[in-house]
Amino acid sequence: MTDMTGAEMVIQALADQGVEHLFGYPGGAVLPIYDALFQQDKVNHILVRHEQGAVHAAEGYARSTGKVGTVLVTSGPGATNAVTGLTDALCDSIPLVVITGQVPTHLIGNDAFQECDTVGITRPCTKYNYLVKNIADLPRALHEAFHIASSGRPGPVVVDIPKDIQFAKGAYSRPKEFQHRGYRPKVKGDLDKIKEAIDMMAAAKRPLFYTGGGVINSGRAASDLLRELVKLTGFPITSTLMGLGAFPAADRQWLGMLGMHGTWEANWSMHDCDLMIAVGARFDDRITGRLDAFSPGSKKIHIDIDPSSINKNVKADLAIVGDCAHVLEDMVRLWRASAIVPDKKALQAWWEQIGTWRAKNSLAFRNSNEIIKPQYAIQRLYEQTKNRDTYITTEVGQHQMWAAQFYPFQEPNRWMTSGGLGTMGYGLPAAVGVQLAHPNSLVVDIAGEASVLMTMQELSTAVQYDLPIKIFIINNRYMGMVRQWQELLHGGRYSHSYTEALPDFVKLAEAYHAHGIRCEHPGDLDEKIREMLEVKKPVLFDCVVDPAENCFPMIPSGRAHNEMLLGDAATRVEDAITEEGKVLV
Amino acid sequence: MNANTATTHYPAAPASQGVETRTLCVLVDNEPGVLARVIGLFSGRGYNIDSLTVSETEHEKHLSRITIVTRGTPMVIEQIKNQLDRQVPVHRVVDLTSGGPALQRELAMVKVRGKGEQRMEMLRLADAFRARVIDATNESFVFEITGASDKIDSFTNLMLPLGLVEVSRTGVVAISRGPEGM
Repeated sequence: MTDMTGAEMVIQALADQGVEHLFGYPGGAVLPIYDALFQQDKVNHILVRHEQGAVHAAEGYARSTGKVGTVLVTSGPGATNAVTGLTDALCDSIPLVVITGQVPTHLIGNDAFQECDTVGITRPCTKYNYLVKNIADLPRALHEAFHIASSGRPGPVVVDIPKDIQFAKGAYSRPKEFQHRGYRPKVKGDLDKIKEAIDMMAAAKRPLFYTGGGVINSGRAASDLLRELVKLTGFPITSTLMGLGAFPAADRQWLGMLGMHGTWEANWSMHDCDLMIAVGARFDDRITGRLDAFSPGSKKIHIDIDPSSINKNVKADLAIVGDCAHVLEDMVRLWRASAIVPDKKALQAWWEQIGTWRAKNSLAFRNSNEIIKPQYAIQRLYEQTKNRDTYITTEVGQHQMWAAQFYPFQEPNRWMTSGGLGTMGYGLPAAVGVQLAHPNSLVVDIAGEASVLMTMQELSTAVQYDLPIKIFIINNRYMGMVRQWQELLHGGRYSHSYTEALPDFVKLAEAYHAHGIRCEHPGDLDEKIREMLEVKKPVLFDCVVDPAENCFPMIPSGRAHNEMLLGDAATRVEDAITEEGKVLV
Repeated sequence: MNANTATTHYPAAPASQGVETRTLCVLVDNEPGVLARVIGLFSGRGYNIDSLTVSETEHEKHLSRITIVTRGTPMVIEQIKNQLDRQVPVHRVVDLTSGGPALQRELAMVKVRGKGEQRMEMLRLADAFRARVIDATNESFVFEITGASDKIDSFTNLMLPLGLVEVSRTGVVAISRGPEGM
């Protein structure tokens, strides 16, 4: 027990939790905490340019390290600006602790200056939140926040601290017991059910692993165990956007990403398999497409730490509630112990079938000598960065899907993208957080010109802290995915999806004291990418690409996995959507 | 392309299954905001609340018991239970109606106004429904009545033509039959 002020407790608790970097922005209601920050050197504060950027940076930090990301913002607008990031972290299950200042307790509810109902506003977009109205509760709330954020299905936790509590003095100690006795996430899977799963796998003729972000969230061990199990069984594997990197893309058992912009072989395998083993994935609507035609002939095993993910969209034949790593460990052990002889003949036939789907080469695109194709730009980026220690973040839209399709990942925690919420403006601040966590690695934000302008100001943060992030803008002047959908659904009426006035990104980079590069010809790409990688500063790379390119393959709008469109079908896509369908978008 | 298929940016709504009414008991930490958390979950995810009651039941442990009557398809009911159960301050969620009907009661206070023969009729009905008079004036009564929700419905319906002024109801509280606790 040590006596200290509430503000000092915040710093002490962060230090006790091993926090290295705290992303934040000061303001009236957090000044005592900023004063305490000033007088210590345990926690390194990173000054962002907007609170949304702070939360995304913390997400980037968390996703690339597996640790809890931390944020400090002020009351009112500080808290409301953080809401997008909180929702993003909730959707993608990213562990964050976000500390918000609040007006003094006696002014709460009084419409005070910069007051908002932070716990009310953030209740639906956090895993849990606290309003600490008594100094005696503060140490417990802070430490519980870290426990809740990082255990079970991870998520963001807000601790709202009124200014008078920051000034108040109290006894600080790290609590030994967790007060919320009802909160006990189940990590070990039910062994009988795991045995049943092994039996189902042994009997399967057309099995498929469908894995998601839960494997990444579960930690490195989960990815290693997944690799082991996939090798042991010889089954094919596909993954969601969130799960990329858990299994190496270079492996022959890898079918590529599935879902709306997934590969032909991944989606057809989902449709035709007889056993689906879903690991840490939640049957999101971008994955399932039309629900009544989703993998009609398969039994489904669903492994997830969150019981509410099971039977939400798709009925599981066998549900195993538990942490991926724990369940996969049991599966590997039981598979080895039971000396299973899988139906080799059936598996071979299944692989042959998959081979014919693969031969479709669904990611093929027509390259050009005159104009840069976005897919080609990402391919060249990959070729020049694949042998480096590289982390990729993205914004949201076509470039994000192309990055997922054309930038193969071999390791987990290398791919930071806003999957669930689809937050434009995520990638640049996330790259700031990733670069801080990995100062000697290469961090590239594969961006779109529209998305990146939403959080462009964080380039200033990167410059301030000497973070040499590379912002690789796939610039087609359109909100490309919006344009693609307008082409599909709205007769090519491109309502407000074209940016008439874009900044000169090279000059913009210079204005921020960063480095700007423009590339307009396919022949210049390699040399200019090399320049980008050699410059030791943050770089804005304006890659001017074909404005008309669409993202294929594609499951058009609520169709089934076996109704995919390929690139050369682009001229026919307008026929793919019916009148009644347009209403529901 | 098949014109009959609903094709959208999102998958079509699933074919509707039969809707069931369920009574859920939720044991929660009695802390600020816990009721808002539960209600927000229902409104945010579009679940129904037919009735909701809450009160602290274990004072030393700071535990409150929330009784919720809700409607939904079996899949939605399962979702509701799982979504409630994953909330940090929620200890247990029990579906009281999963193993047959549970004991369900409501309390209502019913204010009526009338004179002469009407008053006699009110008292006769109250007697038949085992309602108690808890306030009386020359021209009014307040009755207290407990029972299943439909019994209270019947009582108020009968009082309506006799001079019903207002009704205050607690909402449903429920407990399972037999020796086992939740």
